Amino acid sequence: MIEVANLTKCYGDIKAVDNISFTVETGEILGFLGPNGAGKSTTMNMITGYISSTSGTVTIDGSEILEDPKNAKSKIGYLPEIPPLYIDMTVRKYLEFMFDLKGVKLPKKEHIDEVMRLVRITDKADRIIKNLSKGYRQRVGFAQALLGNPPVLILDEPTVGLDPSQIIEIRKLIKSLGKKHTVIFSSHVLSEISATCDRILVINEGKIVADAKTDQLSVVNSGQQKLSLVVEGTSSSITSELNNIPSVKKVSKQQDTGENTAKYIVFYDQDADIRREVFNAMARNNTPILDMQSGNETLEDMFLKLTSSNYAKGGKR
Amino acid sequence: MGAILKRELSAYFNSAIAYVVMAVYFFFAGLYFYFYCFESNTTSLTGVFNNMIYIILFLVPIITMKSFAEEKRQKTDQALLTAPVNLTEIVMGKFLGAYILYAICSVIFLVFAVVISFFAAPSWSVILCTFIGVLLFGAALIAINIFISVLTESMIVAAIFGMAVGFVILMMSTFTSVIPFEWLSAALEKINFITYYVNFSYGLLNITDIVFFLSFAALFIFFTVRVLEKRRWS
Repeated sequence: MIEVANLTKCYGDIKAVDNISFTVETGEILGFLGPNGAGKSTTMNMITGYISSTSGTVTIDGSEILEDPKNAKSKIGYLPEIPPLYIDMTVRKYLEFMFDLKGVKLPKKEHIDEVMRLVRITDKADRIIKNLSKGYRQRVGFAQALLGNPPVLILDEPTVGLDPSQIIEIRKLIKSLGKKHTVIFSSHVLSEISATCDRILVINEGKIVADAKTDQLSVVNSGQQKLSLVVEGTSSSITSELNNIPSVKKVSKQQDTGENTAKYIVFYDQDADIRREVFNAMARNNTPILDMQSGNETLEDMFLKLTSSNYAKGGKR
Repeated sequence: MGAILKRELSAYFNSAIAYVVMAVYFFFAGLYFYFYCFESNTTSLTGVFNNMIYIILFLVPIITMKSFAEEKRQKTDQALLTAPVNLTEIVMGKFLGAYILYAICSVIFLVFAVVISFFAAPSWSVILCTFIGVLLFGAALIAINIFISVLTESMIVAAIFGMAVGFVILMMSTFTSVIPFEWLSAALEKINFITYYVNFSYGLLNITDIVFFLSFAALFIFFTVRVLEKRRWS
């Protein structure tokens, strides 16, 4: 549905977005994750045709955004970071304007009513946008993006400024929209991305540093915990001893940390506690534990690891 | 384009701008009408027209200052530029919105002519000709000011810059007379709005004058589109 190929945007010498390529299938919800200034909004602005790319192409359902902008843009509903609201209009007047602007060919009143119901702003329909709280303004922006039922929805930080119950509501909405629409949405709230998206794209310094299905990126969701160990001794015996402990799922040797010592990561069931068993097993095996840390590998860890500058410069993808 | 035009008009008429502009315009038009027609007992509106130029040059920047400057500041240009409409349609919508407000103001001249006709027969051909001149002059001026508005993010800057340009237009003859380079003063005289406008107020309908104002309007609408286009690429 969305095809992004070798997309690059330069501002002078600075590469804001550096040769990004990805595709999004119909009905997929793609999460865009990255620290501030990573190039998320720039990429979204290029996908929606607000700014043009220095090089590379964006194809929406077969229409290239710069070659055939009218066709491509008519397939996109876009909620920018700051909702583009005319604050001196009432909600209904504004939505009517956006409806006309987009040239939507649906029964006007019914469609606007339906969209307002969907984002729950029906009771604010005749209020002037200026007088609405940030959460409601965000929803009006959301409503605007949904007008005309575009097959592609691009949402730039749609839950910023909402209170927790509204966030849950909007997440549910995005999830339900994902059944009919192709959605790209960005956020810096990791739990939000993992709860909503099918796939996550981590972007840092204008480059994609990770692109994976949500459940593959995170061990949290698979119901496992991890224990990282530094143990002295031959790795084959250590690995087999560790694997003998019940409720251990997987042991992976990370790297040698010194002569005859190495770091291991042990994944095990979430509700078990294997620290004593590991101690006893290693003691029996006469391979002393030099260091032991327990904890979940969270998306936050992943995120920090992926976006730390060392990692990016190391060129790992 | 229709949607943008409709919104522009509702923005003008749902805020104080349209009413303030109309009030100032009508006040000065009425004042000049009183001085030039009633005090000096004439049916000629030429004096009124010629003096209204000053007011128009200062009011048009007020009408257009919001058009793009405010969109950019409020980030609403994102909605326009990502909607399936092309840039020319956006600019034309903005232009026509401002132009319709300007035209509504200008209708006061026809009202004056009707008022005069109760006392003595006015020269309708001269009045209509001047009215056409006002409309054409306004088209060029609004296009220039919309172009100024697209260059900045601040309404105030747009308004002040627009007024400065208006002042230059007004003083063009004075400038050209003191420029020592003959080729430059001759060239500037060729784009002196006032010389073209004056012909209308004498009742002359020259094709040159009409083409001059229309091409000026078209040129600056084109420039505005190019600025919007260029911004996306830089």
